[in-house]
Amino acid sequence: MNVWIAIALTAAGCYLVKLLGLLVPAGTLERPLVRRLAALVPVALLAALTAQQTFSSQGALTADARAAGLAAAALALLLRAPFLVVVGAAVLVTAGVRALGG
Amino acid sequence: MAEQTAPPDARRDATAAGPAKSDSAVVRDALGVGIAVGLSGFAFGVTSAGAGLSLLQTCALSLLVFTGASQFALVGALAAGGNPFTAAAGAFFVGTRNAFYGLRLSQLLALRPLARPFAAQWVIDETTAVALAQPDRRSARLGFTVTGLTLYVLWNVTTLLGALGAEAIGDTAAWGLDAAGPAVFLALLAPMLRSATERATAALAVLLGLGLLPVLPAGVPVLAAALAAPAVLWFRGREAHGRQPAGRRSDGRQSDGRQEDGPESDGHQEDGRPTGGRRTTEGRPEDESR
Repeated sequence: MNVWIAIALTAAGCYLVKLLGLLVPAGTLERPLVRRLAALVPVALLAALTAQQTFSSQGALTADARAAGLAAAALALLLRAPFLVVVGAAVLVTAGVRALGG
Repeated sequence: MAEQTAPPDARRDATAAGPAKSDSAVVRDALGVGIAVGLSGFAFGVTSAGAGLSLLQTCALSLLVFTGASQFALVGALAAGGNPFTAAAGAFFVGTRNAFYGLRLSQLLALRPLARPFAAQWVIDETTAVALAQPDRRSARLGFTVTGLTLYVLWNVTTLLGALGAEAIGDTAAWGLDAAGPAVFLALLAPMLRSATERATAALAVLLGLGLLPVLPAGVPVLAAALAAPAVLWFRGREAHGRQPAGRRSDGRQSDGRQEDGPESDGHQEDGRPTGGRRTTEGRPEDESR
């Protein structure tokens, strides 16, 4: 039930925020401070999410095979690999390290 | 997913030099982006199933939310044991950037009021990138529609297949599939780290997100990490204020001149200064107006 509440809230919120952009008169959200915050908040959230989902397990900090996978993804990004290759590299390296007992 | 669209954009810019563009060229570009990104729904389906969501819940997310980063953020937060409200709040804030895409698109596409509620669901990174890269309104509408339709259909089909595949696999962690979520976030984040302001924000957010993880309830540390954005802007603003007198004298030739002539100089000065001053000295004044 909790999951459905989260899905409903996210679906409604994400749809309304998309619609908002199409409906409000141009210029309302164009204040530079608002635009800067809107550009920076996703940066902060994505960075925190990347770190947490790599270095945590059951609410505690850990370093396991996912760290190696993320390093592989970072390398793939530096080499300008396509999106799917970046994700694939992380998955393969993580699985490989785990198979080797990491 | 934003990252994925960059290479086709660059190509398109080169070909879009002419005044008009054939419909087939627009459709080809749109299909390229739609198919490549649509396939990554596999990663979402697998991650969502691995996080413990049912098949129906996973598919509902792709059908109803349809903005990848928010979907990954939500299932990640739920898997970590976050309550539904903090999990949804994190996903919502990740999705707020779409409002700014909509703002651009509503001018570019000039949609009829009745069409807007239907177009809204497709206002995401990829459709915006394709539409903005077109030379005229007709091509922009075609590019938006074809990218949106291709991506919506594929993203949902691959989500279903990914979730079914994960159920067949069983232990997704043994296959390294729990690394897909963070890799997706990193791929989305990387192209955003254009200047020192973005990098400082990301670094502070990582510290907050990891540092608060052991002490706050699940899901809350991510929201707290979002405060890195206003904190860095505020700090940059103070820094700019403190430096201004000295800066005028030493390198005033560059930063002052650029600010006066810049496109943002008409009336935005008081708000624009915090990072604007930094950006211009770094030679990237047009970051936001992209």
